[in-house]
Amino acid sequence: MLLAVLSGFILALFAPLLKRFLGYRAGWVLALLPASIFIYFLGQYDQVMSQHAIFEYHPWIPSLGLNLTFYLDGISLLFALLISGIGTFIMIYSGGYLKGHVHLGRFFAFMLMFMASMLGVVLSSNLMAIFLFWELTSVTSFLLIGFDHLRQASRRAALQALVVTGLGGLAMLAGFVILGTSIGNFEMADILSFGDVIKDSELYVPILILILLGAFTKSAQFPFHFWLPNAMEAPTPVSAFLHSATMVKAGIYLMMRTYPILGDTVEWSLLLGIFGGFTLLAGTFIAIRQTDLKQMLAYTTMASLGLLTMLLGAGGEGAIEGAVLYLLAHSLFKGGLFMVAGTIYHEAGTLDITKLGGLGRKMPITFFAALIAALSMGGIIPLVGFIAKESMYHALLHGDPLSFILLIVAILGNAMMFAIGFAVALKPMMGKMGDMPKQAHEGGIMLWLGPVVLGLCGLAAGISIAYLGHTIVHSAVSAIGNENAGTELHLWGGINAPLMLSLLTMSLGAIIYYFYDQARAFADAVLNWIGWGPNKGFDQFLALLLRVSQLVTDTFQTGHLKTYMRNTFILLALVIWVPMIAYDALPDIDFSSLSAPTFYEAGILLIAVLGLYAVLVAKSRLTSIVSLGILGFAVAILFMLFGAPDLSFTQFMVETLTAVILALVMTRLKLDKSDAKYGMEAIVAAIVAIAVGSGFAALLLRVMQTELDMSLSDYFTKYSAAIAHGHNIVNVILVDFRALDTLGEISVVMTTGVVILALIKLKPKNHKHASQKGKNKLKESAS
Amino acid sequence: MNTIILRTIAPALTALMIIFSLFVLLRGHNEPGGGFIGGLIAASAMALYGISSGVQAVRRALYFHPVTMGGFGVLMAACSGIPSYINNVPFLSGIWWKVPLGDGEYFDLSTPMIFDIGVWFVVVGAITAIMLTLEEAD
Repeated sequence: MLLAVLSGFILALFAPLLKRFLGYRAGWVLALLPASIFIYFLGQYDQVMSQHAIFEYHPWIPSLGLNLTFYLDGISLLFALLISGIGTFIMIYSGGYLKGHVHLGRFFAFMLMFMASMLGVVLSSNLMAIFLFWELTSVTSFLLIGFDHLRQASRRAALQALVVTGLGGLAMLAGFVILGTSIGNFEMADILSFGDVIKDSELYVPILILILLGAFTKSAQFPFHFWLPNAMEAPTPVSAFLHSATMVKAGIYLMMRTYPILGDTVEWSLLLGIFGGFTLLAGTFIAIRQTDLKQMLAYTTMASLGLLTMLLGAGGEGAIEGAVLYLLAHSLFKGGLFMVAGTIYHEAGTLDITKLGGLGRKMPITFFAALIAALSMGGIIPLVGFIAKESMYHALLHGDPLSFILLIVAILGNAMMFAIGFAVALKPMMGKMGDMPKQAHEGGIMLWLGPVVLGLCGLAAGISIAYLGHTIVHSAVSAIGNENAGTELHLWGGINAPLMLSLLTMSLGAIIYYFYDQARAFADAVLNWIGWGPNKGFDQFLALLLRVSQLVTDTFQTGHLKTYMRNTFILLALVIWVPMIAYDALPDIDFSSLSAPTFYEAGILLIAVLGLYAVLVAKSRLTSIVSLGILGFAVAILFMLFGAPDLSFTQFMVETLTAVILALVMTRLKLDKSDAKYGMEAIVAAIVAIAVGSGFAALLLRVMQTELDMSLSDYFTKYSAAIAHGHNIVNVILVDFRALDTLGEISVVMTTGVVILALIKLKPKNHKHASQKGKNKLKESAS
Repeated sequence: MNTIILRTIAPALTALMIIFSLFVLLRGHNEPGGGFIGGLIAASAMALYGISSGVQAVRRALYFHPVTMGGFGVLMAACSGIPSYINNVPFLSGIWWKVPLGDGEYFDLSTPMIFDIGVWFVVVGAITAIMLTLEEAD
């Protein structure tokens, strides 16, 4: 299984190369990988059935509890089959759709990486690995939405998707961490058996909300749905694969996966029922307003995801079975419809449904694919969409009052989806020839193969439902429900209540289809009246964020070095004095115990004070800099006297170099000769200086009073010569005992050097503010 | 600075300082000194030479770009950890070899020494790079 997941990443490396040799035909070759993964997982089926689940363990970073563990049960098998199966046709379709595109190789690479990440999400068992792959799908989705990166709309959509799903992913991570630590185990396979413990835990609600945030953002539930329609900026193969058939289903997968441990509680039912139901209605309603084929499909995808969420919220075996069937049906028909929409755009040059028309005669095969997908979407016998609908109606009919409300929502939503599905499939194809930018004709085999096969799969799944019902669907349902599902599925269940509801749905849908233009005008009017939506809210939020950052920057980054220094030192004084006073830890000095300074100590002290005096009264900056050096040298001599020759040595050199560098900086920046301060400024500077200086003195005195733990010093003294063959302990610590620290430090020195170099060489053109900032930075780092 | 005395004496002084810096670097394991201090001395030497004879002279004398020297230093310090991999001890553990010099004399070669020389290069490189760039006219 490891190879099945990771092979996508490996092949992605070679995809651009393959494209160089084979051109767009590389799509055929690259499709072999998902195809073989599909066959591989099909081959695992028997084992999954007999053992309930397959577990595979690969150590990755065992010390962190991070392992690549894979868990293949009914639900992950279904997802893996969908991802690899649809992926096969998407690879072929991509070759046809982006034929001749300069960056087709890159596109293939992104697609393969996405597919591998998605497989990782549904197959991983380790919570951290799930999170990792989850974020990888967000990142690849970002790259794919922004594939056409020269367009501003693409970049915005890509960023928006990344921000929304990324934030959701972080919430999910928090949920995972709480979940994992409260159980003491990060393996989903093990956690699944702790359902009762988790539901009784007081942490249940936080875990539920955090994980659902991840699922809702990824699966575009209201109010996080807005990124999905915008993601249609991506090339159509991306929309078909990521934003309808697979990636957006990751949230659904997460909810299915955690159903045994989080599901079937009041909180779960309410949250999923309300948000899912609302998303379903809102999605279909907004979809009716759209005139762009891809936008219509995007909003119905959002609606379908809402429907799935709602069904999982309703819970119980029947609803889950409905959800699994609808998941299968939706992936097949929506993937197909997106590819059809892409083909129409490719051939006719527009996606505007009001301009399209009469394409059916020109592109019969595409028309057939569109029709069969729409039949499944509308839930018409004998397609799998029909059985999914029957199944969910059946389940919702026999439930509590909440289920009854959900049933009405489901009927309304399905009716609207029926209308929209046929609008997408029929309006561009039938009627008189539309006014289109391109002379349309049938696309090549690479373009129609995918939608036709997916459509036929939908048909085949419907006809063979009795067989699927007790194999793959059964294993998926029992994996979610954690029990043995026993319902038999039939294509024709006789004349019963669900069938009646189905007929009601279809009639409603047909009415909406008949009055489609009026419905669109109505939806348009209502949505215009509402005006505001989360999409606009996102922009407002970003604008607010920028304004606040600007405010913070303007307040603290004034561009005046004096302000920076003053603020830093004031803060430093506070950091030293406040804790010392608050904890009543002022140094307690016993002056009588101190010995009187010897005459040379007193002499050096005098030099230091003289140096300080010179700094204060100096007329020119240069004099102050040099005088500061006097002070430094005096301190260095003191170090020497008290037995720290290394420190003293270093201090000498640093003082020398500081004087040189400061003088250089001064001449380079053409500063004023004098730096005299007057009045208020001088008083503030004096107070700050005295506060910091006396603070340090007090701090050092206080430190001297505490009991020193000498074990480290003793260790170094004892072993410096014995182990490290060196008598200079300071040096031995630097280059042997603590060599790794030193390695880090010299890397910092080097990096700082390079950065300072870059800042000095930075020459902003006609940009006064920036140049001011650059210079100040320089001054700062030099001093 | 254009005093003839400084210009005359600076090259000799620089050379002396660099020799002293190497001396301080190599004796550092047992006496006060080491790569950091040695590097600072060498950097001061460069500063002196730069002030007296100009930036170009220093750049010519160094031959390599100072940033290159610094980068080489980091690399060298990091590479001194490779022998510990071979000996299967923790990264950057000190390892000593006795290199025979003939006449029964031995030279103690060790990874800490290589590491220290790396530190020396970083300090000289980084500080000289900053100083020379500051000194150069726009």
